[in-house]
Amino acid sequence: MNAILTDIRPGETAPATTFIEFEQASITYGRGAKAVQALAPTSLKIAEGEFVALVGPSGCGKSTILKMVGELLAPSTGHVFVAGREIGATPIRIGMAYQNPTLLPWLNIRDNVMLPLKIVPPFRQGYRSKRKTEYRDRVEALLAQVGLGGFGDKYPWQLSGGMMQRANLCRALIHDPDLLLLDEPFGALDQFTREELWAIMQDLWLSKKLTVLLVTHDLKEAAYLADRICVMSARPGRILDDSPVALARPRTIDMTFEPDFVALNQRLRAMIVGARGGTGIVNHAPGAA
Amino acid sequence: MERVSEIIREKGASTALIIGVFVFWELFCLMAGISDILLPRPTQIIAALIQYWPAIWPHTWQTLYTTIVGFGIGVVIGLLLGILIGSSKLAYDTAYPLLVGFSSIPKVAVVPIFVLWYGAGTVPAILTAMIICIFPIVVNVATGIATVEPELEDVMKTLKASKSDILWNVSLPRAMPYFFAALKVAITLAFVGSVVAETVASNRGIGNMMMIASSSFNVPLVFAGLFVLAGLGVTLYVLFSLIERRVTGWAHRKTDVASA
Repeated sequence: MNAILTDIRPGETAPATTFIEFEQASITYGRGAKAVQALAPTSLKIAEGEFVALVGPSGCGKSTILKMVGELLAPSTGHVFVAGREIGATPIRIGMAYQNPTLLPWLNIRDNVMLPLKIVPPFRQGYRSKRKTEYRDRVEALLAQVGLGGFGDKYPWQLSGGMMQRANLCRALIHDPDLLLLDEPFGALDQFTREELWAIMQDLWLSKKLTVLLVTHDLKEAAYLADRICVMSARPGRILDDSPVALARPRTIDMTFEPDFVALNQRLRAMIVGARGGTGIVNHAPGAA
Repeated sequence: MERVSEIIREKGASTALIIGVFVFWELFCLMAGISDILLPRPTQIIAALIQYWPAIWPHTWQTLYTTIVGFGIGVVIGLLLGILIGSSKLAYDTAYPLLVGFSSIPKVAVVPIFVLWYGAGTVPAILTAMIICIFPIVVNVATGIATVEPELEDVMKTLKASKSDILWNVSLPRAMPYFFAALKVAITLAFVGSVVAETVASNRGIGNMMMIASSSFNVPLVFAGLFVLAGLGVTLYVLFSLIERRVTGWAHRKTDVASA
């Protein structure tokens, strides 16, 4: 019946459908002599349901790419297509989470997570009637999935950094987005909390199968979570390398110590050190990151 | 239990200080033999307060009325201007210099203009109270709205939230602690405004009563007027503090956690 629709909107049986496409898209801030090119013309394709990580030196335009996909920035030149349409005209739902959890301090965790349901159609139409029943259950279920069951009545200031970040992920996912944008979401957490959240993030992704774009400094994080890792150069950012991560799912922390994983990490690391214009000396200090 | 005794100690100390000041005042006047034409003793002031109460009461009512009305209008205008200036960078850059210039005019100086326009009486007092309390509210509300975290704004924009979605769900609630801080300043300023206007041009109100009392050298009554103003000011300040605690308790809770 809707054969035409399935042509436009990628069906579940066609996993390789392109969901995000950059076509020679670039970003330049400022004008004239002061103009700074943050992102060199870049082409990139991301398939629906893919988990892609962007890594690279600071200020290389990783977050710029994220903002373009999230329709917060328009490309200076070139085009960005999401779900087959140029950005700005995309009817898709997007979730976003930053390193700073930005939970609203005057709302408890449940209401914080519920915020997108109040704003995003079609949920917003039923918000008034369903917020105490259906939506509430929906939030509780998601909170339970990330290990925050029973914390709905707490306020953000009563939670630890890791718990706030879990709530932040829930807020980014509650409205069933087609696309999740993560900008160093685990950057401010201690190592053990971070590893715990990697596992949670992987579970969420495996259960929802949505497209995820992750910006991170942490190569281990990228290799643990992503299907594909794009390495970017220093400003103006370019994609230097785009390689799949051939590790089985679900991945575990133990796998991060296996030779394949370590080799991948080392290769990525060498590339970023090169991109920063670093010397060989940095390479001999494995602790420096 | 420790916290309860701590509160008692704090409150006890401030109460003792207030009583101490009055006792010192009383004793100082008695021992130095200061005439009540210069500085009446607190007991004389209270006696005057009781003696003239039927005459003071309508004036108190008038001052309270002009202050509250002026304050109310000022709050509405201040809030609207604050939202406008805070939510648009263009409006902020355009209107801020004008606002600063406007606020640096001593408000007392505009009272004669209001009198010229509206005649002596209630209206200049209301307008002075209004104009004096707009500025702190505008500045605070605009600051509260303009300082929403950019990340949070990005999150809202990716949800395709409209401007009014962002205003009602994020900016306004976030500006509430700033707004209430401004209200507490504004209500005391509003009293200054209405009393000054009454002093200059009115035949009613505490300011006017104090003018008349001082011209007939009834100094205890002048001070009784001051006491009434202080009482009104403190009462409204406390009232707004209580509302503030209820509405923006989330902004003050952090200290509770730290001390728990």
